[in-house]
Amino acid sequence: MKVVRDFLLSANVELTPRFSLLTFQGELPEGIRPGQFAQVRIDDSPTTFLRRPISINYADRDTGTLRLLVRRAGDGTNHLCDMEPGSSVNMMLPLGNGFRLPDQEGSRPLLVGGGVGVAPLMMLGKELAGKGIRPTFLLAARTADELLLLDEFRGIGDVLTATDDGSSGEKGFAHQHSALSGSGPWSIIYCCGPAPMMKGVAAAAKKAGVACEVSLENMMACGLGACLCCVEKTVRGNVCVCTEGPVFNINDLTW
Amino acid sequence: MLTNNKPSLAVQIGGLPLRNPVMTASGTFGYGEEFTDFMSLDTLGAYIVKGTTLEPREGNDYPRMAETPSGMLNAVGLQNKGVEYFISHIYDRIKDFDSNLIVNVSGSSPDDYGEVAGRLARLSNVNAIEVNISCPNVKQGGMAFGTTWRGAESVTKAVRKAWPRTLIVKLSPNVTDITEIARAAEGAGADAVSLINTLMGMAVDVERRRPCLSTVTGGLSGPAVRPVAVRMVWQTAKAVKIPVIGLGGICNGADAIEFMLAGAKAVEVGTANFINPAVCAEIVEWMSEWCVRHGVSDINEIVGEI
Repeated sequence: MKVVRDFLLSANVELTPRFSLLTFQGELPEGIRPGQFAQVRIDDSPTTFLRRPISINYADRDTGTLRLLVRRAGDGTNHLCDMEPGSSVNMMLPLGNGFRLPDQEGSRPLLVGGGVGVAPLMMLGKELAGKGIRPTFLLAARTADELLLLDEFRGIGDVLTATDDGSSGEKGFAHQHSALSGSGPWSIIYCCGPAPMMKGVAAAAKKAGVACEVSLENMMACGLGACLCCVEKTVRGNVCVCTEGPVFNINDLTW
Repeated sequence: MLTNNKPSLAVQIGGLPLRNPVMTASGTFGYGEEFTDFMSLDTLGAYIVKGTTLEPREGNDYPRMAETPSGMLNAVGLQNKGVEYFISHIYDRIKDFDSNLIVNVSGSSPDDYGEVAGRLARLSNVNAIEVNISCPNVKQGGMAFGTTWRGAESVTKAVRKAWPRTLIVKLSPNVTDITEIARAAEGAGADAVSLINTLMGMAVDVERRRPCLSTVTGGLSGPAVRPVAVRMVWQTAKAVKIPVIGLGGICNGADAIEFMLAGAKAVEVGTANFINPAVCAEIVEWMSEWCVRHGVSDINEIVGEI
């Protein structure tokens, strides 16, 4: 069941000048899955009219904790990143389909994230680890300083890195990383990040014959499948990213 | 002695009684079922579902949406799976919500409109249709019929022949004189007119030096258009005898009352559904409280007070 309600911002940590980690407390609905998102209402920002779709970084219903990793992309997200702890934020959640988790214990998933695209991989990694499946993360950013939440990712699984300037791990984009060359040991690849990177990862996965899911971030208005603004071309025609995604199997896309 | 002093919000549009004047605008409320987690549809006067055409339509390319000051542009382009899909796959899922189901109809020729209306006429739970002669986002038809009185008349006539129940014609604001179009729809047999559809607009991404929408231009909605809409409702209500349904940027109860004072018998709520999925229920509640505060026992008393 989707809900729309207020959450209390309990902590707001500026990870870098471009990225902040926001922790909220509140009553969470049942069944939030990795890869789903929240539609966040931005109050008191005169230039922001619509909600902002933000990937759920982590959710724990038992403690009522919800985390969002936010990139400053414009007035709306700037306003969100500048909010003081103690503020109340209205959110609609959980929205979208989420990643499909593998059943077999012997799975070797590779979780590829670029920039703020690492956000949903935290909850996904934790759920995989909870099922006894050790994830490998391939995390990419412009520089070593912008590799987000590295220590927490290292606590869940193995971590490989790629940076545009070579300041951490391999130099280059995520899809150029050696982990994606050849067939590799991977049983499935999950990916979230900038479109060119995801297309590169999807191409590598196809070449290696490995299943691959990507999380898209098309611009949205409603988040509920009503306005038909966020559509992606698929093999079934135009579909809403907010309801039939944001996670797609690459075989369903026309990339 | 206890008295029931709850004001009456019931209104009548053509042959259709509504429990209150609040409806959802087509294209902003899906098929209704998308919103049931947030709101019981029995709080609505009616729910108007997505524009339906004779053949399936894929709509325009992405990007179809751009946020603008106090509003948004869209260029969806009537994406829908066609009237046969609606009849066979969607109708059964949505026909039993305890409210009035209204289907919005679009086409690229008067015959198209008539054909869709005729097929919908066989569905007994479709209480009314709203004929969209005002979509700015399709190349053929749509707004073309809504910008001349002849176009409005020809479509309304074609639908009137095929549709026996309440017929609403949705008007475009992208005209010099909306009252001329409204009178043509009235003369051709419309039971009501609804206005306004979106205003043609455009936005440019100055960093990319490209239009924000794939179609370059699109339809502007949200509070940004409300004063234009209120003005057109006021003008139109004085020009026709049939009920006028007001829409354009309604976000709260006060906005809805504003339209009714200006001459609207009922209202539609559109873009606001995207920000608050329960906004229609809140609007109904607020209107009722407003009536109590103003000593209004029947909402019909205030229609066209200005």
